[in-house]
Amino acid sequence: MSTAPALLELRGVTKQFRAARAAVQALDGIHLDVRSREVVGLVGESGCGKSTLGRIVSRVIEPTSGERLWKGRPYREYEGAASRPERLAIQMIFQDPYASLNPRMRIVDIVGEAPVVHGLVPRAEREGYVAAILERVGLDASLMRRFPHQFSGGQRSRIGIARALAVKPSFLVCDEAVAALDVSIQAQVLNLFMRLREELALTYLFISHDLGVVRHLSDRVVVMYLGRIVESGPTAELYAKPNHPYTQALIAEVPRIEARHRAYAAIRGEIPSALDPPKGCHFHPRCPHAFARCREEVPALRRIAPGRHSACHLNETPP
Amino acid sequence: MSAPLLEVQGLRTHFFTREGVVKAVDDVNLTLERGRILGLVGESGSGKSMTGYSILGLVDPPGRIVEGRIALNGVELTTLGEAGWRKLRGERIAMIFQDPMMTLNPVLRIDTQMVEAVLAHQRVSRAAALEMSRDALARVGIASPDERLRAYPHQFSGGMRQRVAIAIAILNRPDLIIADEPTTALDVTVQGQILSQMQALCRESGTGLIWITHDLSVVAGLADDISVMYAGRVVESGPVDDVLDHPMHPYTRGLLDSVPSHNTPGRPLAQIRGMTPSLLGLGEGCAFRTRCTRVVDGCSATPVSRTPATGRSLRCVNPMP
Repeated sequence: MSTAPALLELRGVTKQFRAARAAVQALDGIHLDVRSREVVGLVGESGCGKSTLGRIVSRVIEPTSGERLWKGRPYREYEGAASRPERLAIQMIFQDPYASLNPRMRIVDIVGEAPVVHGLVPRAEREGYVAAILERVGLDASLMRRFPHQFSGGQRSRIGIARALAVKPSFLVCDEAVAALDVSIQAQVLNLFMRLREELALTYLFISHDLGVVRHLSDRVVVMYLGRIVESGPTAELYAKPNHPYTQALIAEVPRIEARHRAYAAIRGEIPSALDPPKGCHFHPRCPHAFARCREEVPALRRIAPGRHSACHLNETPP
Repeated sequence: MSAPLLEVQGLRTHFFTREGVVKAVDDVNLTLERGRILGLVGESGSGKSMTGYSILGLVDPPGRIVEGRIALNGVELTTLGEAGWRKLRGERIAMIFQDPMMTLNPVLRIDTQMVEAVLAHQRVSRAAALEMSRDALARVGIASPDERLRAYPHQFSGGMRQRVAIAIAILNRPDLIIADEPTTALDVTVQGQILSQMQALCRESGTGLIWITHDLSVVAGLADDISVMYAGRVVESGPVDDVLDHPMHPYTRGLLDSVPSHNTPGRPLAQIRGMTPSLLGLGEGCAFRTRCTRVVDGCSATPVSRTPATGRSLRCVNPMP
């Protein structure tokens, strides 16, 4: 498994957003490998940079520095018409099923436009092609002449997924793709994601703030805090024995059906502003174990066990 | 025995739209004792928020309460009239919204808003009102409240704004707080902090809390009792442990089975087929029957609420075994 070459690699990816008077370091030295057919869950709270990372992976925005590799070659080498299928191989699925579909377009155009424009499907065969994709995501193909407002939230999610699948991707970046859905509909869409993965041999970068959803779907989990990866590892191990104090807090705070009448032992404070992040380890002002070194020195993301990495000074300094 | 803090019986709130009558709340019963927390659970359009608004007298036309009783400390509210309800809101019953900016005025400092809320209901000096505001901020875990009182809402993070909204809700020491998804937009670590403070507040002050949410896991950790709503009706209610461990209504069972963290990772989730019906022109019968796996002939008649065990209620003719 670990010897297989990564489908996607990020090497020291950094992103700064500049405003009039300030710069925000949204991503700070991100290294990430995603292997073919793997589901990687990317978790973190608001402002941790997980959506920015998803957009950089899917070419929506460019990184400030660092390298993105697809099948071992830099993104910039995939230029020209011949590389078009490779450029289309990464597609994004968005959170808001209401805002991400053009309200004036019919479903057949929403789903069928890109494959025709990119020459994947002749215009004459468009409707048959769209019908097949709609069936695949569990929508009735006879509804393709309708507009987005004629569908429910769950159906719109499926339309968004159909639109992404229409250009034959192998890698889907799902940014909070089920966050807006009711529980019973969310279960249907999660099942769809799992089925499509099998049927189409897809790879997912599944971005979510919902640790329950991520645990259910992912092979491996990456935890971010304020622009940095603080921990990564196989899902079951990471949930069973989180290493980083932030991951521990995050997992402890997840409400669970089994946990009744609980006393919430919350960690202190909130994520600091990315405009003025704390020195050293970004988590140190909220960390119950912080010591002098944490306030000065950024902890490196180090291997703590096979397949597991964590960025915490506690792993090196005996308490 | 004295009257319960809140008793809602046979509440119906209907909306008279051009397309027809929408029965947003249709024969809802709820009971809440002092210092207890009731989780009111349902998906979008189930009527859970509208039940909360009805208790506060906040139903706008074309909607109105067409039937039912709402008694707070034994006093009937539906006959109060607008002036009476206005006096009650913010004093005896307070509301916390999902978006704290529903509560906060963006152009006024926090102290102005909080002092105003006190003076609207209590005959105290401005200095005393300010002191009460400071205390309320401290009670919801806001550090350096004196400094924060002089700030504007935009200077706070989302979690801090929600704490301020909660502080305003508890300012006049209400008997009942209705909270409508107040932590849904917040990060999980901040949600944990707010849940723990709400629990402590209710325990200390004897305030009753109705926590409206779509999230069964939050209710599991927070509430004493739970009422599950579907298409305007409470389909099942009872103590949290009883309902979550032994759900009787197929919808409750389906909801629980849909929660990812309640399932084996990687296995297909048990899903409820279909989707929530439109409340417009919803006819006779159990509204869940088109999605239900246990449907029988009797489901075409509207199920009555019955008491299958002490403290529980159920609207189903063919409950889970």
